[in-house]
Amino acid sequence: MSRSATALAVLLALAGPAWAVSDPGEMLANPVLEQRAEAIGNQLRCLVCQNESVEQSDADLARDLRRIIRQRVVAGQSNQQIIAWMTARYGDFIRLRPPFEGRTLVLWGAPVIALAVGAGVVLLARRRRPDAPPPLSAAERQRLMQLLD
Amino acid sequence: MDAITRRRLVMLLPLGAAAAAGGGFWGLLMRMQEGSYDPHTLPSMLVGKPLPTFALPGLPPSAGFSNLDVIAPGRPALVNFFASWCIPCIEEAPTLMQLKNQGVPIWGIAYKDKPDATAAFLQQHGDPYVRVACDEPGRVAINFGLYGVPETYVVDPHGTVRLRWAGGLSDAIVHDKIAPLLKSAAQ
Amino acid sequence: MTPELGHFALALAVAIAAAQAVLPLMGAHNRDARMMAAAPALAVGQLIALLTSFGCLVWSGVVNDFSVFNVAENSSSTEPLFYRITGTWGDHEGSILLWCLILACCGGAVAAFGRNLPASLRARVIGVLGFTSAGFLLYTLTVSNPFLRVWPPPIDGRNINPLLQDPGLAMHPPVLYSGYVGFAIPFAFAVAALLEGRVDAAWGRWVRPWTLAAWCLLTGGIALGSWWAYYELGWGGFWFWDPVENASLLPWLAGTALLHSAIVVEKREALKTWTILLAIGTFSLSLCGTFMVRSGILNSVHSFASDPTRGVFILALLAIVIGGSLQLFALRAPVLAASGIFAPVSREGALVLNNILLCSICAVVLTGTTYPLIAALLFNVALSVGPPYFHLTVVPLLVPLFAAMSVGPTLPWKRADLLPALTRLWWAAAIAALVGIAAEAGLGRAFAAGGFAAAAWLITGAFAELVERVRLFRVPLSVTRARIAAQPLSVWGAAVAHAGLGVTVAGIAGMSLATSTIVAVTPGATIRLGGYDWTLLAMHDAPGPDYTARVADLRVTRDGRQVALFHPSRRTFTEQKQTISDTAIQTNLVRDLYAVIGDERNGQVVLRLHVNYLAPWIWLGALVMAAGGGLSLADRRLRVGAPARRPVATVPA
Repeated sequence: MSRSATALAVLLALAGPAWAVSDPGEMLANPVLEQRAEAIGNQLRCLVCQNESVEQSDADLARDLRRIIRQRVVAGQSNQQIIAWMTARYGDFIRLRPPFEGRTLVLWGAPVIALAVGAGVVLLARRRRPDAPPPLSAAERQRLMQLLD
Repeated sequence: MDAITRRRLVMLLPLGAAAAAGGGFWGLLMRMQEGSYDPHTLPSMLVGKPLPTFALPGLPPSAGFSNLDVIAPGRPALVNFFASWCIPCIEEAPTLMQLKNQGVPIWGIAYKDKPDATAAFLQQHGDPYVRVACDEPGRVAINFGLYGVPETYVVDPHGTVRLRWAGGLSDAIVHDKIAPLLKSAAQ
Repeated sequence: MTPELGHFALALAVAIAAAQAVLPLMGAHNRDARMMAAAPALAVGQLIALLTSFGCLVWSGVVNDFSVFNVAENSSSTEPLFYRITGTWGDHEGSILLWCLILACCGGAVAAFGRNLPASLRARVIGVLGFTSAGFLLYTLTVSNPFLRVWPPPIDGRNINPLLQDPGLAMHPPVLYSGYVGFAIPFAFAVAALLEGRVDAAWGRWVRPWTLAAWCLLTGGIALGSWWAYYELGWGGFWFWDPVENASLLPWLAGTALLHSAIVVEKREALKTWTILLAIGTFSLSLCGTFMVRSGILNSVHSFASDPTRGVFILALLAIVIGGSLQLFALRAPVLAASGIFAPVSREGALVLNNILLCSICAVVLTGTTYPLIAALLFNVALSVGPPYFHLTVVPLLVPLFAAMSVGPTLPWKRADLLPALTRLWWAAAIAALVGIAAEAGLGRAFAAGGFAAAAWLITGAFAELVERVRLFRVPLSVTRARIAAQPLSVWGAAVAHAGLGVTVAGIAGMSLATSTIVAVTPGATIRLGGYDWTLLAMHDAPGPDYTARVADLRVTRDGRQVALFHPSRRTFTEQKQTISDTAIQTNLVRDLYAVIGDERNGQVVLRLHVNYLAPWIWLGALVMAAGGGLSLADRRLRVGAPARRPVATVPA
């Protein structure tokens, strides 16, 4: 990519986050529905700035997507349905929370796998370590005293 | 296997993991250089799927078009989203004109643009389109999975989308990606 | 003339670094005292050369020498002097040169402050640092040279991104890089120990101050970056789990584990293998972070010019440094002397648990950050991993970590009984429970209540070890006072650092209670938010050196009394045709009043207002953590010589 194009891309990308003030007229009257809409918006990535959620970004596309989310929330669609609608058009990339499927098993299982590996290493290390010798018996202790004298 | 050898093998694991990671990174770098991997562009969900259903008005007094209009002629076509406020669209105008001269049908959709501005743009930079439609609200574009302008979609005679190119078209891109596809789709 | 001097100094630095890489290591191998003694001189020489080179680059920016391509691309004469200086590291080439400079400073620091180290160890450490330096300097000189010229020179430069013209962001790279690169020293110590074939208590004592210093700086750097994002970018948040943010968090997590592991090596000669691996791993993570950000293979706001050829060079460099050290580890680590024995429940055991948890969090963050790459490589699919993933996976791991953090330091070495130890902490648990219940009852928000309880547990538990040591309330007060005075600084340091983490956790919990609103108002209107009355008094214009601005006068009152009068603005930079918002924040350290202005339409201005509770505590907590680290560094015992090793017989020159 040419230098100026890269610079422009960086500029545009950074211009996005700074314009993060949107139109108050967008918000739904019903606070419960508005909160649901915001929660959904926070789960989707803005595709223009790519490092903000749809809820935070002030890009035109993000504004459109926010409007669509609110329309569908009011129409009674469930969270899954709305996210599925978005994914059908933009792919899994738009989801900030990756889907839980075969391909992401390692991803979602990472905490458990990491803990298991850590615990396994520790257990292996302990087994390898020679145990402390058993305490001396009375006869052995007497012999020791004899040797030391 | 004695204890020391087993220990040695375990100690090699970090190196193994690092080597695998290094190999992976190298693979990605190579793909970036040849252009098959770009972390900033999105793969289109439409590739291999039929053109979304839509019907848009045109620039008055002309009529707009629908997805059926694009498929009707039974030849491969391009659907190009553009806007008068978009600079790369100006840059790709000559390439589009060249495609038009070669007989490729290009259907233009003006994204979030006022009809006057669109008309002025076409007058200034040339009109390579079979017909122009106006998507002022931008909803049809979202159904296409658009995330910026310009974007060009290659559609085969059956109405299946074969390729989405995000960004301006250049002669090189047309030569490498679009032209071969148009040729194979025509058969 | 100056750029030529800088360029020459850079080339000289490469040569010195190469010598620094070869001679001391050969000297240590052959027990040649003269070659080993050359090490500090070479390190200082490299540092002087790089200071000259960097100074020349800064000077070129200050005097607006646009024949230097780097200055022409990234600076301009309309920029204020401060930003012409700090803009030196605002781009790829300049920041890599800064990286090299700090690496050279590391070598110089070991030369200056490492006099109590045995000659062979010091020579090896400086040698390894020289090897790393040589690699990066070669990269800078060949592929990433900041001294390239452009002829004819343009009349004016192209000016850097206006977002970078900010004091916080200007100082963020030097502090952050000092942390990143600072971990090269423990790395060098680890490789040197592997080369020597010996890891012992003395090594643990020597490596700790360097690790502490790097850790303090990295903590500061990350906090500075997060604080900048909060007050500059204006979205009201402070951490997005962006790949480049994670790239700084990963070495921090590994570095914290390293810090604690080194204690066990020093006190009990145990956990040697783990500590060595962590030392190599922390710096490796620093390097990988650099690679990922600069090569452009990751999707991140921070990506510099994405140039795959540069990526290949850095990858090769990483392969040599990381691959080489891990290879050495595989060869030498298995024969490290058997370590001290300890029971599972003991201070060592608690530190092992600490290691496992911190490394697990590190592994999770690493997986999440690189998964888009793995998915692209293996499945050819575009995935993205964002904050929801990290919140769901990291928080469950933090719970046992926080629990152990307060219990661990109170356990004795080698063997401990858990139940008496837990019982001794009854007061900390009681306070935490009270705070949690009160928060839940008063606020009704479980996450915040849990956060406050965790913070209380951490802060009170942080001082548990001290309380034990001074036998508070169990001996007469005069005895306690005498004991307090006699406590080594490192005990205070640990307590303060752990408490600092508690403060940060409290800040994050408070932020989760933030309220905000978006309104469109005309001047004169008043909005009510968070118990305050916000009045937009007026809007006016305010020109700046390279921008024009629209400024809002916003007054905040509570019960009629004025609390704040501040001026959020929007600046339009004429040259780049870019507009950015200048957030206005007023803080009383318990809550932040935060205002951003947006579009103006039909006489109405869009305002976004926040009341962020305890937000400053997030970064104050980080400051306290770094201060705790500083206290530990000041401990006399770290500076007074550790047990001297048997001098190694040297061959006379």
